[in-house]
Amino acid sequence: MSGRTPDAKAADTGLKAWLTTRDHKRIGIMFLVATTAAMALGGVFALLLRLELLMPGETIVDPMTYNRLFTLHGVTMVWLFMIPVIPSGFGNYLLPIMIGARDVAFPRLNLASFYIYLVGAAITLAGMYFGAADTGWTFYVPYSTTSAAALVPVLLGVFTLGWSSVLTGINFIATVHTMRTEGLGWMRMPLFVWTVYGTSIIQVLVTPVLGMALMLIGFDRLLDWGIFDPARGGDPVLYQHLFWFYSHPAVYIMILPAMGVISDVVCAFARKNPFSYEAIVWSTMGITFVGLLTWGHHMFTAGMSTFGAGAFGILSMLVAIFSAIKVFTWVGTLYKGSIALDTPLLYVLAFLFLFIFGGMTGVAVATTSLDVHWHDTYFVVAHFHFIMVGGTISAFLAALHYWLPKLSGRRYPERLGRLGAAGVFVGFNLTFVPQFLLGNRGMPRRYFDYPPAMHTLNAISTVGSWVLGASMLFIASYLLRSLLRGEPAGDNPWGAAGFEWRTSSPPPVHNWTGEPPFERGAYDYTEGSPALEGARDE
Amino acid sequence: MSEAHFESAERQADAARLGMWAFLVSEVFLFAGLFTLYGAYRAAWPEAFAEGVRHGAKMLGSLNTVILITSSFAVASSLRALQEDRPRVALRWLLGTLALALGFLAVKAVEYHGHVHEGILPGGHGHHFATLSAPAGQAAFFTLYYVMTGLHALHVVAGAAVLAWLAWRLHTGALDARRAHVLSNGALYWHLVDCVWIVLWPLFYLTGGQA
Amino acid sequence: MSDLLRQLLMLPDPASEAAREIDVLHFVVLGTTLVGFLAVACVTAWWLWRYRRRGDRPTERVTGSRRLELSIGGALLTLFVGWWVVGFLQYLDLQDAPEGAEEIYVTGKQWMWKFAWPSGRAVVGVLPVPVDRDVRLVLTSRDVVHSFFVPALRMKQDALPGRFTRLDFRADRLGTYPVYCAEYCGQSHARMGATVVVLSAEDYADWVAGRTPATLVPLLKGREVPDVAAEGGLAAEGRRVMQRVGCLACHSLDGSPSVGPTLLGLYGSEVELQGGERVVADSDYLTRALRDPNGQIVAGYDPVMPSFEEQLSAEERVAIFEALRALGDEEAP
Repeated sequence: MSGRTPDAKAADTGLKAWLTTRDHKRIGIMFLVATTAAMALGGVFALLLRLELLMPGETIVDPMTYNRLFTLHGVTMVWLFMIPVIPSGFGNYLLPIMIGARDVAFPRLNLASFYIYLVGAAITLAGMYFGAADTGWTFYVPYSTTSAAALVPVLLGVFTLGWSSVLTGINFIATVHTMRTEGLGWMRMPLFVWTVYGTSIIQVLVTPVLGMALMLIGFDRLLDWGIFDPARGGDPVLYQHLFWFYSHPAVYIMILPAMGVISDVVCAFARKNPFSYEAIVWSTMGITFVGLLTWGHHMFTAGMSTFGAGAFGILSMLVAIFSAIKVFTWVGTLYKGSIALDTPLLYVLAFLFLFIFGGMTGVAVATTSLDVHWHDTYFVVAHFHFIMVGGTISAFLAALHYWLPKLSGRRYPERLGRLGAAGVFVGFNLTFVPQFLLGNRGMPRRYFDYPPAMHTLNAISTVGSWVLGASMLFIASYLLRSLLRGEPAGDNPWGAAGFEWRTSSPPPVHNWTGEPPFERGAYDYTEGSPALEGARDE
Repeated sequence: MSEAHFESAERQADAARLGMWAFLVSEVFLFAGLFTLYGAYRAAWPEAFAEGVRHGAKMLGSLNTVILITSSFAVASSLRALQEDRPRVALRWLLGTLALALGFLAVKAVEYHGHVHEGILPGGHGHHFATLSAPAGQAAFFTLYYVMTGLHALHVVAGAAVLAWLAWRLHTGALDARRAHVLSNGALYWHLVDCVWIVLWPLFYLTGGQA
Repeated sequence: MSDLLRQLLMLPDPASEAAREIDVLHFVVLGTTLVGFLAVACVTAWWLWRYRRRGDRPTERVTGSRRLELSIGGALLTLFVGWWVVGFLQYLDLQDAPEGAEEIYVTGKQWMWKFAWPSGRAVVGVLPVPVDRDVRLVLTSRDVVHSFFVPALRMKQDALPGRFTRLDFRADRLGTYPVYCAEYCGQSHARMGATVVVLSAEDYADWVAGRTPATLVPLLKGREVPDVAAEGGLAAEGRRVMQRVGCLACHSLDGSPSVGPTLLGLYGSEVELQGGERVVADSDYLTRALRDPNGQIVAGYDPVMPSFEEQLSAEERVAIFEALRALGDEEAP
């Protein structure tokens, strides 16, 4: 902390000032720009995949290209977009403000996190482009150790991205523990802060295990160490255990912060305190820790012991309860509220409806005997896209619309916003509902071809992907336009009580002029709430 | 950020310490994955693993245990000296720690050299395995041996680099009693390196049972 | 009713009783999901309308009662655990074929499925099985991980290199059913298919004995079906392998003492290990014994056997098991 950057330099808007900034808000924005670009890229891959599946047989790409495309899609969406977007993007921007701090605990480390992310992303994408990795984002051995493609650059890239993730996690944990403003106790923290905190714990705990597993594959490819090779005493299933020990909790890295967004947005637009603050906090912590113990449900058919299958099954049910409690709390928050159906709340509703299906089908696939049929079919593909796209991307869009005025001081056009939300909802369901049925029918995932009998459902799904893609483009276009020419938003356009709305929009360099005014709670909309005073003034 | 970043120096020390602990937990999980692998493979190849342990360099491994425990004591003494505001003494203890770290690496190098000479290389490579009754299990054992002790040695190098940097800061006077938490963090990391070894030691040198 | 639901959900016609039972759970789970979804959606829609914003007014502070939350959570947990219990029982049921199941060896390799019968029958891509009889598939892989998936049976099992896994079922409807590879395995993963053919008992007996029943003729067209039966079947092949790699130098086949235990009557019998532990010498034990022979050594013998892990292919191992099984049926003197 020996840096003595003058405030004047921090307020500088030149490129150099941005690239060397230690301001968490700018780092957050840079993360948002980079991760959103990654989403666009991953989306293009998804559209290509769906296009190949429009008709049975080999159509626009050959099988190997298809395999590379789904690898690209998975790796880009998981590690370049889903994992960092909400914690490192919105979390970076908002977490310090929401706890009344001037910055995160380790601002230089924070900037380092961003550059490590950039380097990791560059290595990963370049490695995939030149190395033609075709293993899927799961890198299962022994396919990954024997595939003809060059895999080491991709492994190195993902390994590097993991470092960014761990460092951000450490930073946020230290920030939440030590930087809260005077009088902000744990149980007064905004719910978004809680979920980012839980996410950080998961990132710190499980990411190294993935790094280590990938490192072992790297050793095998570079030096022929064969640590998972059965002929040399190894066991490929152990790789799967190590991989899912990371990658299942990684799902919670992707969805927990999204749940935080939903919790905050639903309160702001219902102008109500959460139905039960404690329930959301404890279920967040429940997901954080019980989520570490459920990875085995990805491997029911991999030859695991029946005891293992039973234990992993029931632990997965427990995690589902925590999510269900959140759903009820969100719905309960609407009760006796003062509800405005603005775009962010529309995305919350989309999240709610899709997440119920995503979550319940999650319970279904954790039911051992049912999973034996659904495992590795399109049913599972649909299930996790309901969580990741229906859940996380809905929340991401809610967050973009809700906090755009905070980040930029400008508003987006409300009518276009609602139109975009409707497009996303329709496109999403068209794309992914047929995939549940395809899975029932028995279509395995990662297939470039399918029997002609499955044509109709695949075609509907592909058309849906076009609607979804077009809606995303539409949203991007009006949001970009708003950034440049949107009407000024004022400091608190929503009349929201959240702490982040108690400073100017966008906030000053050190977030607060004077002491943060945190006397009233972040969800206090009762008589005399300053949030409502602000709204009335406009 | 400006000096006013933290509310107080005490809070800054708290944050740094907490950050370090979080990092250490992360490191523990890095090794935990490998310990799991070791456990699973040992369960699959009980006899081959025991044979591998018996073949290990028990004396060199145990010598390294003594070296590392002594070095942990040295770094703790250094920290104590700094907290008592005796930076010169602290520097001497820290240089002692560094010397022990280098000693550990030297012993490790001798040990590796011996194994390579015997024809034991990672991945079941080397002529040693051709003479064995159950080469597959032993290959797994020695690959894990190289990976785990190698990763640990890498941590020794990283820890030593941190300690060297701290020693330099002590030498120039940039590190004083008021900023003892920085040295405390370095020492914490060093203790972790030590703790990991305390677990590796029985796994690779002691638990060979009877031949 | 079930058939209608199956059509709505696009589930393929089931070919076993287990599949039908799993479908019932499937309907219950998806039905509950739908009901739950509709309930939440209705409440949400009602409140959205009832509490729509009318001007900037403060709201009262409402906090849910803990009892309500706990009871909703508890009720859901009970429901989920109920599904888990039923699902897990069904899963256990799938794991356990009764004694005397018809064993068929399945080997996955990029990108085909090969099936082998103890009688010496072997074929790629077509799996004839008997109707109304328990069948146990013993799966392994020659290269990467594959997964043997039969939608009509609602079953799937990974085939792993260096290990044997099992898939038990009892088909009760004649017909042909597609098989897919469900674990990504490279270029032609999407084309790594096969067909399960459920045959009548007589047709199946014909097939095993080396004849080709009429129903199989079109499916086998263009496929090579070597007639190993003439050479004494898989068990005879296993003896040849044992001779070649040198097992018989130390193990006798006739019960006479040697460096190692005799193989006569060994398979399926209980043996005492050094240290007093007793294990059944089944294919699991023998797989371990071929990998790490001295890890679980039979009492009274020296740990001198080398590992055969790298010397035996999946097919050769299967042949050895068959030979040992044939010997196991005979009594040791």
